[in-house]
Amino acid sequence: MTRHASLADAFAHAKSENRAALIGYLPAGFPTVADSVRIINQMVASGCDIIEVGLPYSDPLMDGPAIQEAVDLALRAGTTPEDVLDVVEQVVAAGATAVVMSYWNPIERYGVERFATRLEAAGGLGVITPDLTPEEAGDWITATDAHGIERIFLVAPSSTDARISKVVESTSGFVYAASTMGVTGARTTLGSAAGELVARTRPATDLPICVGVGVSTGEQAATVASYADGVIVGSAFVKRVLDAATIDDACIAIDALTRELAEGVRA
Amino acid sequence: MTVTDIAGHFGPYGGRFVPEALTAALDQLDAAFRAAIVDETFRAELAGLEHDYTGRPNPLTLARRFGAECGGATVYLKREDLNHTGSHKINNVLGQALLTKRMGKTRMIAETGAGQHGVATATAAALMGLECTVYMGEADTKRQALNVARMRLLGAEVVPVTIGSRTLKDAINEAMRDWVSSVEHTHYCLGTVTGPAPFPEMVRYFHSVIGREAREQILAVEGRLPDAVAACVGGGSNAMGLFSGFINDESVQLRGYEAGGEGIETGKHAARFAQGSPGVLHGARTYVMQDQWGQTIESHSISAGLDYPGVGPEHAWLHDTGRAIYESVTDIEAMDAFAVLCRTEGIIPAIETAHGLAGAMRLGKTLGPGAIIIVNLSGRGDKDVATAARWFGMDLGAAVEVSEGR
Repeated sequence: MTRHASLADAFAHAKSENRAALIGYLPAGFPTVADSVRIINQMVASGCDIIEVGLPYSDPLMDGPAIQEAVDLALRAGTTPEDVLDVVEQVVAAGATAVVMSYWNPIERYGVERFATRLEAAGGLGVITPDLTPEEAGDWITATDAHGIERIFLVAPSSTDARISKVVESTSGFVYAASTMGVTGARTTLGSAAGELVARTRPATDLPICVGVGVSTGEQAATVASYADGVIVGSAFVKRVLDAATIDDACIAIDALTRELAEGVRA
Repeated sequence: MTVTDIAGHFGPYGGRFVPEALTAALDQLDAAFRAAIVDETFRAELAGLEHDYTGRPNPLTLARRFGAECGGATVYLKREDLNHTGSHKINNVLGQALLTKRMGKTRMIAETGAGQHGVATATAAALMGLECTVYMGEADTKRQALNVARMRLLGAEVVPVTIGSRTLKDAINEAMRDWVSSVEHTHYCLGTVTGPAPFPEMVRYFHSVIGREAREQILAVEGRLPDAVAACVGGGSNAMGLFSGFINDESVQLRGYEAGGEGIETGKHAARFAQGSPGVLHGARTYVMQDQWGQTIESHSISAGLDYPGVGPEHAWLHDTGRAIYESVTDIEAMDAFAVLCRTEGIIPAIETAHGLAGAMRLGKTLGPGAIIIVNLSGRGDKDVATAARWFGMDLGAAVEVSEGR
């Protein structure tokens, strides 16, 4: 898979194949820095169009048990934001189209301008900020504009139409639509909220709209792909790694899951 | 009163750093709060509950023998310990429970450290027929076993939180996660003056009755304002409640005492102002104990209620502007003050409160015999009897074993 020069290119490529993009998440440093690079490379080789490299944070209040456990392991192993940027650099060099997903405090602490500079140098294309809303993002908007970093904000089923308009105004790259009211983690069924949210977001923006939170199977990916431009999967990848006895087993499981999801977004 | 802008900032602090899914609920809460406080029916209902249920106004007690231990200063105790449920926490909870009903929600969730806020929330939920779930760090369920039993007796579900440091910080994370999933019918009754806007301003408002009463009472009995008001500061709600009554009286020093734990130099403390730096935690920008990478550092204190790595954003602003002064008090100093109050006044304080008392002992020696100091006696110490007995090496035998829940 070749790396795309921009998120727009990645979505255009998927669209040219009449399908949604597959976006996979893994925290950097999980289970180790080197192994997270290896797993991400596997995700790319097996069919992820875009990678979200997670920045482990001590208080991940939007995440369910699987991702909490993964970031806890990464932090115990001493993973730092420098490691996260190194992971981005390595997977981009290997051909990934990558963004970072991070809670706000580590970026603020690192230095907003410094983080944007380093991420640009590492070849990262954007940042998803689950606990930052446009109202608090003044410095972030300045820094990301200066460095050509895409700012990916979230909309949720509880967002009013007025609120959606406001959020997408400050968003670039793609809009992250949280499928359900809840934390990350697999759901047996995805309700109708995600489809309704995407439908309400469409009129407000020309940006691609991607759906995350709770998608874990090829079947769910196919459903979401029927109305969204991208399907975001996180906890299901993390779970495969948590459940694997060795890194080789993890890569085998990751390969199978990625293929299943990649087939789903093409259904 | 500190000026807040529309987005709930105190200078650079406060604001809202939360998942978008909560924005609508916070907007709804903000609107309900602002409508309620100008609604005579709401105000009368809250005042009625404060009078008939909480037992307000509570006394301002002149502590003569304790004052002698404070450099001979005239020390008054604002008796929040005499409120129903035994601490100031009920003030905020009754207000938020009324708002919960006004918003048409049927369930309240809460985090708790020492258990006082959990008990107060369980109490208000029982009174108003609301479902109630309380998140409490597993470490805290052990050191505050008596309060766990109280909450369960009141019909609340208590969920021990077994991730992270297993204390208040992690209980807040879990409560937030519950809230994101349940926000349609659930109100998160946050227990202190932190979190995303409007919580810091709203919780201060519901506790401002402390400062309002104290100011009237001191003027009535002394004919003048105090030289200083003092309180312990965990999240900082009891302190904000007392401070708010005197914040515009420039002659009155505002003094907050945070937990120095085993000593600042040991790293085992909860001294955000001594060792923390501005950052974002639990939805607000404020002083946070964090490492060089912005990861939250676990706090330590003998007092579960002060064992928190963040602090209310208005305190952060009062600190930076110099309007309030914050110092830390070690476990040893707090327990010494605890013992002094027990034996000079016949009042067993909460260990949280003992930090404020230790601060007053220090402050009185500086201000001298002519000074008047009001200390917020924010809670009573029944819940801490086992911890205190162990600290002082007392053999309470079976009684302690039972209350420890072993």
